[in-house]
Amino acid sequence: MSARERILGRLNRCAARRPPPAPEHATASDAPLDSATEPDAGRRFVERARHLGSEVLALERLDAAPAAVARWLEERGLPRRGAVWPALAGLAWDRAGIALAARAAQADDPIGVTGIFAAIAETGTLMLLSGAGTPASVSLLPETHVALLRREQIVPTMEAAFARMRARHGDVPRAINFVSGPSRTADVEQTITVGAHGPRRVLIVLADA
Amino acid sequence: MELASDRFKAKAAEALRNPQLQRALERMQSHFVDRRAAALAELPDFEAARAAATAARERVLADLPRYLERFEQAARAAGATVHWAETAEDANRIVTEIARAAGVRKIVKSKSMVTEECGLNEHLERAGLRVVETDLGEYILQLAHEPPSHIVAPVLHKNKDEIATLFEQRHGRPRQQEIEALVGEAREVLRPHFLDADMGISGANFLIAETGSVMLFTNEGNGRLASTLPRVHVAIAGIEKVVATLEDAALLARLLPRSATGQSITNYVSLLTGARRPGDLDGPEQMHVVLLDNGRSRLPGTALAPILRCIRCGACMNHCPVYQNVGGHAYGWVYPGPMGAVLTPLYAGLERTVDLPNASTFCGACVAVCPVGIPLTELMRELRGRQWRLGLRSRTERWALRAWSFAARRPRLYAVLAAAAARLLAASGGRRVRLPGLGEWTRARALPSADGRTFRELYRRRRAP
Repeated sequence: MSARERILGRLNRCAARRPPPAPEHATASDAPLDSATEPDAGRRFVERARHLGSEVLALERLDAAPAAVARWLEERGLPRRGAVWPALAGLAWDRAGIALAARAAQADDPIGVTGIFAAIAETGTLMLLSGAGTPASVSLLPETHVALLRREQIVPTMEAAFARMRARHGDVPRAINFVSGPSRTADVEQTITVGAHGPRRVLIVLADA
Repeated sequence: MELASDRFKAKAAEALRNPQLQRALERMQSHFVDRRAAALAELPDFEAARAAATAARERVLADLPRYLERFEQAARAAGATVHWAETAEDANRIVTEIARAAGVRKIVKSKSMVTEECGLNEHLERAGLRVVETDLGEYILQLAHEPPSHIVAPVLHKNKDEIATLFEQRHGRPRQQEIEALVGEAREVLRPHFLDADMGISGANFLIAETGSVMLFTNEGNGRLASTLPRVHVAIAGIEKVVATLEDAALLARLLPRSATGQSITNYVSLLTGARRPGDLDGPEQMHVVLLDNGRSRLPGTALAPILRCIRCGACMNHCPVYQNVGGHAYGWVYPGPMGAVLTPLYAGLERTVDLPNASTFCGACVAVCPVGIPLTELMRELRGRQWRLGLRSRTERWALRAWSFAARRPRLYAVLAAAAARLLAASGGRRVRLPGLGEWTRARALPSADGRTFRELYRRRRAP
């Protein structure tokens, strides 16, 4: 008999000692469990994202992002090169003076530019789905992560983000990553310190359209 | 991990005499306790969220075989390989075999208490593999050859000067003074390991039955690196970690970081489902999930089953007056504090962990803060009962309890004895008195002051018109 059969066998014998389980529900509860119920999810998202150390740059149109990102990088003296999601390679990065390669990130990429599947107002969190045009490493290896977001992508809660994913994608992607600001650690004396293993800076470019 | 819980009293006494550790534990109270309270106050109704989270955990645990099979099926469909390990040794052997088959030489690890439970690192190193812990806390412990003292903040017991000295010695670089510089140095030292490791090992905060996903909560990003860059990713999880749906995971995500570190969410939350897909530009070529039993499958249907709900947030230890004073190492195994006082005897045996269920004042703080409503004090009481029935308690205690039981069943005798004790307390209360056989209670404490009357005397007077 395999380990699998023995483990499941023991669990089944234990379960026999108990009354049958309660009926199943898809969602856990109808009670208001989250705090993102106010109508202005956009404002709440920006406030929470900034609170967690992300920078937010508001634009009217997403195609203005390359120039705005170039200015932002220049103001901080940051190098203007790195990797971009192939899905976003079509924007005018070259013309804005940013040299981005459309591929997975490499160790020495200073900047990683990604899109976002959804943004969660409750916690100021970005949700990224991996895929052929959206490699996970671009939001992870570079010291600066630039995330492009349209206002309509903001949802109130993680549950709402999952619902949107179910509606638009058949399969769950290999990696769903929720990102809430620059990488940090509190392991030394429980003091929060930014810049552990992931990006040291997160710039969210929030476009109205 | 080597069990040292039979030395609880000696280690606790040592911890109480360690001024550096005492300062670290005070810091934990202000940071974790205050921040948790503030983070949970953001939720409209903590009690409703806790009830829903408890129900979500119970729903799965009541039908665990079916959910495990559903998880296995979904994970396989997504391209992961699922392994079943009955014991820690089995898990260690399975991971070693995966590494051998894939020609792995270097492994980067994300923090995982279940691999500490198995002693996986030692096993892999004996098999000739290089293992690098990459969570900052776990990395520091690996350099110092020490076990974790907290399940969320494993290096809680060390201050930055000790860490600076350790880094100076082991990295051969100039000594850094500031925490930020120490974190930066660890990043620089560890980054090359991520880039050339063949395998990444992580735990799993949850397994999602519906999708076959492994869910990880991390702040540093090392968990993401370890599960993205190396060509093999192995996640090891206790069989109780299954949750039903993504919605249940979202509900628990609202409580876990808030209860653990007082964050509304950890920096990264990742759901990893299978290996690299066709067309993907990154991600591991192989993904393995090792489901570990190691004593867990004996618990459903018993009085101790509620401990399987535990989501490893650490709130019980952060709020426990015993943990707050003696720290995690005194408990002598991976899991300290109230949850450890229940888990350690169950996984490592009642005989060598006799002190743990008794290392509690039963104040109930752990029960009040547990986000999945585990009645920890009741479970410790159940373990105390089992110890009694197995004859594991000391002879003095057994005789004292028998004597008390004899008196308690004879109301008139009890009244006489209680009155005598109350008068004695009134006469000697507030002073340190050594009582024969009760040294452990009276050595460090003064007797309580009493006004000389028993409860029954006071009750009678209160009721008199």
